[in-house]
Parts: sequence; structure tokens; C-alpha cells
Amino acid sequence: MHIEVSGLYKKFGDFQAVTDVNFEIEKGQLIGLLGPSGGGKTSILRMLAGLESVDKGDIVFHGKRVNDLPPQERGIGFVFQNYALFKHMTVEGNIAFGLEVKKWSKAKIKDRVAELVELTGLSGFEKRYPHQLSGGQRQRVAFARALAPEPQLLLLDEPFAAIDAKIRHELRSWLRDMIDRLGITSIFVTHDQDEAIEVADQIMIINKGRLEQKGTPWEIYKNPQSPFVAEFIGESTIVEDASSLRGFGNASDWPGTKALIRPEYVEVGKPSDFKLLSATESGRVRHVHFRGSEWLVEVEVGSTRLVTYRSLEKEIVHPGDEVQVLIHRAYLFNNNDSWIMENKLKEDPMPVHI
Amino acid sequence: MSSMLQGRWWSWGFRSAVMLYFVVLIIFPIFGIYGQSLSSGWSAFADNITEPLAWKAVLLTIKLALITTIINALVGTMSAWVLIRYRFPGRRLLNSLVDLPFALPTAVVGLMILLLLGPHSLVGEWAEKLGFTILFHQPAIIIAMVFVTFPFVIRAVQPLLEEMETSDEEAAYTLGASRATTFWRVILPNMLPGILSGAMLAFSRALAEFGAVVLVAGNIPGKTLIASVYIFGEIESDNTLGATAVSVMLLTISFLILWTVNYVQMRRKNG
Repeated sequence: MHIEVSGLYKKFGDFQAVTDVNFEIEKGQLIGLLGPSGGGKTSILRMLAGLESVDKGDIVFHGKRVNDLPPQERGIGFVFQNYALFKHMTVEGNIAFGLEVKKWSKAKIKDRVAELVELTGLSGFEKRYPHQLSGGQRQRVAFARALAPEPQLLLLDEPFAAIDAKIRHELRSWLRDMIDRLGITSIFVTHDQDEAIEVADQIMIINKGRLEQKGTPWEIYKNPQSPFVAEFIGESTIVEDASSLRGFGNASDWPGTKALIRPEYVEVGKPSDFKLLSATESGRVRHVHFRGSEWLVEVEVGSTRLVTYRSLEKEIVHPGDEVQVLIHRAYLFNNNDSWIMENKLKEDPMPVHI
Repeated sequence: MSSMLQGRWWSWGFRSAVMLYFVVLIIFPIFGIYGQSLSSGWSAFADNITEPLAWKAVLLTIKLALITTIINALVGTMSAWVLIRYRFPGRRLLNSLVDLPFALPTAVVGLMILLLLGPHSLVGEWAEKLGFTILFHQPAIIIAMVFVTFPFVIRAVQPLLEEMETSDEEAAYTLGASRATTFWRVILPNMLPGILSGAMLAFSRALAEFGAVVLVAGNIPGKTLIASVYIFGEIESDNTLGATAVSVMLLTISFLILWTVNYVQMRRKNG
């Protein structure tokens, strides 16, 4: 389903939950609404579902304004954070509920339920009650129940929040595959950036009721359009005075400019590791953490502490080691503007042409 | 070692004391009544039970208790719903008032009804004009019973409603269910165990109510003479056997209900 939202506002009492949100979603996409808790993500999702009224603005499905349609008539499936399974019904009963309500024939209901049980890998659990299932199984029942009436749009509110970390990972890729296979437009809410990056085609970053940025995970990572997005996505260190960093002296042209530096922008090594030593400055290793697939190195340059990753293939550095630090690039921002700046000293000032 | 021994003795003594207390306070008197009722043999017991005055009183009591139970199941469920789902000024006060019928001396309840609905009261006169009397007739008995058993259903349904999250209803809506369908298929089944067990306790209590009822019930056999008042009358006229026979009937019904309530609650916990 093609979805268009324009000028969306929502207030709860004195609290402005959603402010002027605009976006458009192509059919078949999987969208992640990402942002800190209480930022308005769930309110947006609930307004799309019709579970919350809209103060101002339009929600358009397939070219048709649905603001005044009740949830029953929007053709959506909704997976709740706590799953909201009907406790007094079996797995089968839960999945069949939406079909019975829509007065499908008995035979058709039976087929559809069997199909979904198969699809969600719940075979053998049809006669169980929700309290006899594990968290992951409940989640899949909720998913099957929402999908049963063949909705055009699937909305998921923090679908993995209540599941332990290990199974969460499995379920994520399972959900991704499932949605790919069904080709159903889906929107899910999460406060976990890894989840959004891993699963979503496109991410919408929501903060304080506003849509900060919309784009593919890579676009958002590479080119954050606001300091909030830059800081929220990925790991980073903020340096109060950007011009103090070697290679970024130009930043002093814009007073009050801060720098945000991601671990992958930083490289540490011996002087012989770098082609252009003039672009580096010396620092001291403070801490080294083993991260399973790489080292996380904390290094101190002057008074700023930076974080970087180091491949396991490279020579091991130890706390206290004197190293050279190269900052490839930084995300600079001040009150008015934000941009990405490359290390100016990295380009050879006197290239030798042969 | 010695402290452990002391601990064990202490726990053994404690359990025995509680057990003894139960036996002396509850089990002895109950078996006593069963024994008493049969003390003059089966035929005397049968005579007492088949005495029209006796079984008519029991039947009438059951009938009125049933009506009471139905009223309280409906009103109690609605009250529980309002107290849990709505937020309004005075809600907490109202909620604490629910237990009042448990706390009030039942004789006071009877007196309240007597004064409020008597022939010289506003309501009494109004009913008289419409052609029926409340006091000393079935309506007064039902009112007394309803008042006394009011808290049971509310207090049994409230925790179930609290446990049930609004997302259950919202899930039903998003699946296409109307409000009515959602009520019948999602909300009511969740409340039902509470309604049932509350209603059965209310029935059991209504069956046995004396204090509130004795002041407002009449003594026309089969019309306004209820079991507990009949028992009282039999004792007054020195017919212990007749009193025990009716008591045994009430007791047996109460036991069956208690057992059913336990069964329903157990099934809810396990099922």
C-alpha cells in the first residue's frame, strides 16, 4: 500500500507528541521508525492504525484519505508490543479471529489458518494457549494473527522488545525474510538502532515528535542531516572545539563549531603505518577492549579521548603505548549548520609526479 | 543444632495449633449439625425435610437468592467495569464504599431497609399507590440480600479487568471486530471466571442471610418465610430437629457451591 502522511500533529493534554510530520512510503517497503523512547514513534504508528485520532494533518492510503476511518476499516495488521494475544483462545483461535469476524467461510478459514501456521513455523502448537508458548512463539502468533485477514499494511510496535537478545536476532532476520516474501508494506517502531539498520529498507528518525531524517540506513549513517541523527546513529565522540583537531584547523572559520567523530573515522598505528605523517598527531593508548571480532581502542590525543576499532590482523597495541592518530574525517556542526569535513592534511601538499 | 530442633518443634506446634483451631471452630460444628439432624434416625430426618413448611422455605430462599445473584452479577460486573475503566472524581471513594456491606452489622442493614421502605416512608407510600407492598414481602427480602452480597462480584471481577490490557481490545479492533463483537468475544470471556465465582459466593451468602432479612421478611409459608427465619422459628418453638434438617440442606448447597468455586478458580490458574 502506498502511504502518504502530511502535516501530522498530535497533542496529549499539554504534551505535543507529534509535530508536523510528513513522509511518503512506497508499496512493499519495510520502514523502521527509530528514535528515543517517548519521541512520538508509537503515536505516529497508532495514528496510522486509527487507534489514535489525528489533531491535524492527513493520512492517505492508496490516494484515499483515511483520517476518519476506524481501525476496523483501514485494512491494516497491528502487532502490539505485548502481543495482546487473546488468552482464552488457542493459537488457532487467535489466528482465526480476524477471519471469523470478517465472516469467511469455515473451509477458507481452515485453509488460511493452516497456511499461516505453516508460514510462521507454529505447526504442532495449534491447540496451545498463549501461556503455554515461549516469547518468540507468542510473537509469531501475534504476527500470524495480524497477517491472517490479508492486510495491506503491517504495523509493528517494538516487535522484539520483550524477547531476549539471542532469539531477538533470529526473529529479526526471520521477520525480514517473511516480509520480503509477502511483499507487504510494513512499518515497525524501535528504539534499537541495530535493529533498524539491520532490518529496515528505510529508516525514519523521530525525535521530540519531529521527523529528523528519512533515508536508507547507509544514507543516514553516511550523511546525517542533523546533530541529533549523527549522534543517535552509530557510536561517536563529541569534541567541543573542532579546530583543535589536526587537519581540521579550518573549522576555526566557524566559531563554536563542534566535531562528532565516529570510531571508523579514526586510525591508529606506528609512524611507519602512515603515508603522510604530517596529517597525524601523537596520542597515548588508554584502554583496549576485545570486542570478539575486533579491538576497541581508546586513545588520548591532548585532552580529547577518541575511540576507534582495530583489526585483529594488525599488531596488538597496549595501554600506555605511544601511537600516531589519524582522523580521516569529522562531522562538524554548530547552532546553524552541519557538514562533513575531510582531513585537509591528508592530501599530499607536494605531490610528486613521475 | 538445638536451634534447628527448636525451629522444627516450633513449626510443628504452629501447624498443629492452626489445625486444631480449624477443627474446633469449623469442622466440629458442621459435623455436629449433620449428626444432630440424623440423631433420631433417617425417618425423622425425612419427615422434617418433607414437611411442607420446611421445603417451601428452602425453595423460596433458593429462588430469591437466585434473583439476587442475577442482579448482582449484572450490576456488579458493570460496577467493576466503571471502577476500573473510567477515571472520575470520587472513584476512589466509591471503590472503598463497595466493601461497606461487609463491614455493616447486618441487623443495621435490615433496620435501614425497614425505615426506608416501610409503609410510612416515601418509597413505601409510592409503592402502595402502585398496588404492592415492599416490606414483609419478597421485594424487601431481595433488596436486603442484594445489599449484603453486593461486593462479591465486583471484587472478583476487578482483578481480572485490571490484568486485562486495553491492547487486547485494540487488537480485536484492528482485526476488524466491532465494539459489540469485541465485548462478547474478548472482554466477557476474560471476566467470566470472576463473574461466576463471585456470583456463586453471593448466592451462597444470600442463601444464609439472616440478620438483614429477619426484620423485613414475613412469615407466610411459601411466600415470605425464608429458610434462615424458619430455622430461627423452629429453635424458638423448641423443634431442634426441624431446624437442623433445614440447616443441613442449606449447608449441603453451600458446600457444593464452595467446591465449584474452588474448581473454577483452579481451572483458571491451570488453564
